[in-house]
Amino acid sequence: MAEPVLAVSGLRKSFGALAATDGVDLALRDGEILALIGPNGAGKSTLIAQIAGTLAPDAGRVTLAGRDLAGMSVAARARAGLGRTFQVSSLAMPLSARANVRIAVQARAPRRFGVLRPVARDAALNAPAEAALARVGLGPARWALPVASLSHGERRRVELAAALAARPRLLLLDEPMAGLGADGTAAMADLLEALRAEVPILLVEHDMSAVFRLADRIAVLVAGRIIATGAPDAIRADAAVQQAYLGVDA
Amino acid sequence: MREGVVSAALLGALLAFGLGAWALGEVFFVNLAARVACVALAGAGLNLALGFGGMVSFGHAAFFGLGGYAAGIAATHAFDGGAFAGVLPGTTSMPVVWLAAMLAAGLAALPIGLISLRTQGVYFIMITLAFAQMIFYFAISFPAYGGEDGLPIYLRSELPLVDASDPLDFFLVSFALLVAVLLGCRTVLAARFGAALALARLNPVRLATAGIAPLPVLLAAFVASAMIAGLAGALFAELNGFVSPAMLSWHRSGEIMVIVILGGVGRLAGPVAGAMLFVALETVIGGWTQYWQGWLGLILLGVVLFARGGLIGALAGPVRHG
Repeated sequence: MAEPVLAVSGLRKSFGALAATDGVDLALRDGEILALIGPNGAGKSTLIAQIAGTLAPDAGRVTLAGRDLAGMSVAARARAGLGRTFQVSSLAMPLSARANVRIAVQARAPRRFGVLRPVARDAALNAPAEAALARVGLGPARWALPVASLSHGERRRVELAAALAARPRLLLLDEPMAGLGADGTAAMADLLEALRAEVPILLVEHDMSAVFRLADRIAVLVAGRIIATGAPDAIRADAAVQQAYLGVDA
Repeated sequence: MREGVVSAALLGALLAFGLGAWALGEVFFVNLAARVACVALAGAGLNLALGFGGMVSFGHAAFFGLGGYAAGIAATHAFDGGAFAGVLPGTTSMPVVWLAAMLAAGLAALPIGLISLRTQGVYFIMITLAFAQMIFYFAISFPAYGGEDGLPIYLRSELPLVDASDPLDFFLVSFALLVAVLLGCRTVLAARFGAALALARLNPVRLATAGIAPLPVLLAAFVASAMIAGLAGALFAELNGFVSPAMLSWHRSGEIMVIVILGGVGRLAGPVAGAMLFVALETVIGGWTQYWQGWLGLILLGVVLFARGGLIGALAGPVRHG
């Protein structure tokens, strides 16, 4: 089997006596959407933070395309191929959708800090940014608008476009459906479905219908441990998962 | 492009004022125009950090004063044949003085920025103030260059083709530098570096997530900002023929900040508008009463409460982002 794009092994992180990440192993391969689910407080955010680089693990390692990410900053991980979106969109609100995406193209351009050519007329930056915006279904009429004047759903798309514009090896999506409503959720699910072949996705999501529709495999995190990993049907039938989610004795 | 028109009009007004004063033989007002240009240049420096980088530095007098001392020390050693730190001789070449002033300010700004940028918000304000105070007290207590009394600059340094000792020529040189710095800032801010700096100010998380670490971008802008303030300080010292620790004091930092806020934070020509208003108030109201700063305070209050974009905001409307 091919080398996993993302490999998490033996990851541990404790806050005092609380083991928020308690020996987590995950592997994600090309062409795959792996959903990470778990009840509130299971340690999903802590795990994401360690993959994204905002939190250093106590033990264990994270590799992206075979490269150990230990000690790498958020920016260095992004350049290594980690694209991510946030639970609450994190964009520069006064700037246009195009400018928010353009910076991701700039980050992997050969001259990242040019001081002469204006970015507004720099086709090498604008063309890929606009292609990414079009890819997530945002039309040209919206490109020049400040992100602050876009709808919540459009902002989620801009964030996804920014992640895609960096040509990532892996997408780490933190609740991309949150707050989208039924139509928005369906549209976002269609989009992610189409992206599956392009880039593998680690999907953290509370919307179970979306998770079961999209995921090739599901990993269930409870109290810092992965209690089950497998195909959606197997997870649905798993006694330990039902116990954790529904509190019923199987 | 309305802001561009307003900026050009402000610069045109300053140039016309200086030339008009010269035509009428009013040397005092020619020097006043040169003073506006110097102060505006210092403001342009701070604006790069404060307005475009979101770094509220309360210590830019340190860089302004270091530039002034570079000019003063260069003139002193050109006069007495000595050497700074035993190695650097004095000079009467104005471009060399400018270079020395910018290097002195930039070299100081590098460690100050590196340490200060580990903090944010009010702590950043306080730590930049603390560094500036350290330099201020050093200048007061170090006897070699005048200590508390400061250093006189008997002769202005020289520039080819120009008579720098002539008030009009000196004003035109200061004005040209101001315009060059503003145009340079405009170019850099519209380019990739500026795009990264805007993101570092508006949302550093977004910038890092895109793959660019915010700290080096902010540090570069901080150092460039200090270098511009240092250049302004060298001009200011040569204009007055004098440099003293007062140029390094925290009042001066506050003054530069007031100029930026009056004119419009993060507006290219904001410091020009701010400096014109500041020097005008200082001269006009200062002629009526020694308590002119009370009136300045009221005006600043009005600007902060009612015109948050400063003078440029009132004249050209809100900032438009690309």
